[in-house]
Amino acid sequence: MNEQDWSRPAAMAIPKEGYFKLEKGRYGPIFPRTPIGYGFTIIAKVKPGREEALREYGRTIEKTIGTTPDALAVLKLHSLKWVLFDINNDTYFMYQGVFDTDFDKYSEDAIAIFTATGITTAFVNLEGFPEDWKTNAPAVIKFVRDHHRPSFLEYGEYPYVTGDEIKKALRMKQAFSGMLDQMQ
Amino acid sequence: MTVGAQSGATLELDDIQHFLVNRTPALAARYEFLTFPTSGIGRAWLSGILGKVGTARTVGAGPPDARWVTVAFTWNGLRSLGVCESSLETFPEEFRQGMAARADIIGTTGPNAPEHWIGGLASPDLHAIVILFARDVAERERCREEHARFLQECGARLLSSLDLEALPPYDYAHEHFGYRDRLSQPVFEGTGEVPTPGSGGVLKAGEFFLGYEDETGVVPVLPKPDVLIRNGSYLAYFRLQEHVAAFRDFLRQNGTTEEAQELIAAKLMGRWRSGAPLVLSPDKDDPELGKDMQRNNDFNYKGMDPYGYRCPVGAHIRRMNLRDTGHNMERRRVIRRGGTYGPLLPQDAPEDEVERGVAGFVGCASIVRQYEFAMNVWVNDAAFMDLGNERDPIIGTQDSSFDFTMPKRPIKKTIKGLPAFTTVKGGAYFFLPGIKALRYLSAGASESSSS
Repeated sequence: MNEQDWSRPAAMAIPKEGYFKLEKGRYGPIFPRTPIGYGFTIIAKVKPGREEALREYGRTIEKTIGTTPDALAVLKLHSLKWVLFDINNDTYFMYQGVFDTDFDKYSEDAIAIFTATGITTAFVNLEGFPEDWKTNAPAVIKFVRDHHRPSFLEYGEYPYVTGDEIKKALRMKQAFSGMLDQMQ
Repeated sequence: MTVGAQSGATLELDDIQHFLVNRTPALAARYEFLTFPTSGIGRAWLSGILGKVGTARTVGAGPPDARWVTVAFTWNGLRSLGVCESSLETFPEEFRQGMAARADIIGTTGPNAPEHWIGGLASPDLHAIVILFARDVAERERCREEHARFLQECGARLLSSLDLEALPPYDYAHEHFGYRDRLSQPVFEGTGEVPTPGSGGVLKAGEFFLGYEDETGVVPVLPKPDVLIRNGSYLAYFRLQEHVAAFRDFLRQNGTTEEAQELIAAKLMGRWRSGAPLVLSPDKDDPELGKDMQRNNDFNYKGMDPYGYRCPVGAHIRRMNLRDTGHNMERRRVIRRGGTYGPLLPQDAPEDEVERGVAGFVGCASIVRQYEFAMNVWVNDAAFMDLGNERDPIIGTQDSSFDFTMPKRPIKKTIKGLPAFTTVKGGAYFFLPGIKALRYLSAGASESSSS
């Protein structure tokens, strides 16, 4: 059976480096497509006293997507998760995304979207985020890459399916149901 | 001194080399690739040629010139001219590494890989390029002899050279496959030019020239020092061999009539060879449309051809300018310059083993964001636009393992195992300095020489 068969759940154990074979992208190693797609997990320490600013930012993004549902469409996302957690007396931020494009290829597009939607402004609450982020896209990309912790295991119940394929299938289901309704 | 914000309206035309601003009426050209045995020799060469370099202000402003000179340097070339390490390390990584080191990233692999490049272009000894555009071959030859004498005099060494000539008929620009060229060029602030319909808005000068606001509305962080960087640009040079006989064979194999062959040629490019876009003229050529600059670029994809029934999603021009199907497009535009080399292969002539092709430059403010993105994503990413197993059919790295799909009702037509119609024979990244920067470099690249 094809290893990319959507009907057969798949798991992938990933080496420590985050890739099986070093393949260079424009900004660094390319991370592989796994059963759930491409993705990143960015973990960074929150600057002291900035936790509420991040929570407020969460409410802002909710409003943004409410009024502009396609604001992030270009990123070909499946899902994004933002998490705050504590270790000892410090607060950490985890930002985890699953999407259908290799992030080396679309780094600048992502930053442009992050800037337009305010996602980048959340990053200013993180330690080590470049002060000159507005004028220094390569430094922002380096921050993201430096704080990305690759998964060592990923599992997909319906592996290697893209967001577009899911949406297409649901649209067809909807159209088919409509057609059957019309035939009553 | 730091680089301050400059609006496009004050583009410093006196300090910008003409190359990316003015298009010259040249029918011949010569590129010479140089190495400087010592920094003194490099500076002597630059001092001698500096006065011949045309500025964006002067070129085209007075009586017609017969030749136009441009000079640019690799990162190793800047070092050979005496630029200090603290300045050299501020240049972006892609420029420091050079094109050959980044071949895997831009996808020039297999027969296109640097180990097969010619003319010493992959060598760290490549320091400079002097680009000569000439009104005709006679003027080119006169300049070649003059420059050869000067090279001997100052001790700079010619690594290799390439002579270029326009292909007949001379009334329009086209390459060896026969496609009309120069139909889509970005327009930027400070020139007063108006984009042709469909060519997008006027772009911020900082997309192409260093020291100006770019499309983000700010001046990006730049290398140091200001005197070296200001009004400069980057050039990605490429020499692309065109396999004309193989291309014509392919058309014959996939089209039983001349009309069918022309349609295949148009599908690969996204335009008929006349220049007429498939989106506007899907079923037959329209040469009048092809040469009409007010109409031949005035179309989009999402609105007019979302599924690619007219222009396939993987066609060359649909990859190189995504128009309304792309995102962040204003940050991906580039200025193209160059020409054709090698003799025209007569129609129906067999392969003659003579190299012919196009050799050109992509001008931009960021090689990694503009040129490398286009090569890595638009040209050589097999997953581009979810196509799955396709690369650019004209300039992509092809090895008969990729497809080309032409959407068609009721079912699409897919050509399996597309052959390579082109091979990269060399390339390099250059920095194209402003005029004051050239003086600074010729005087030893020290701060005291910048005043």
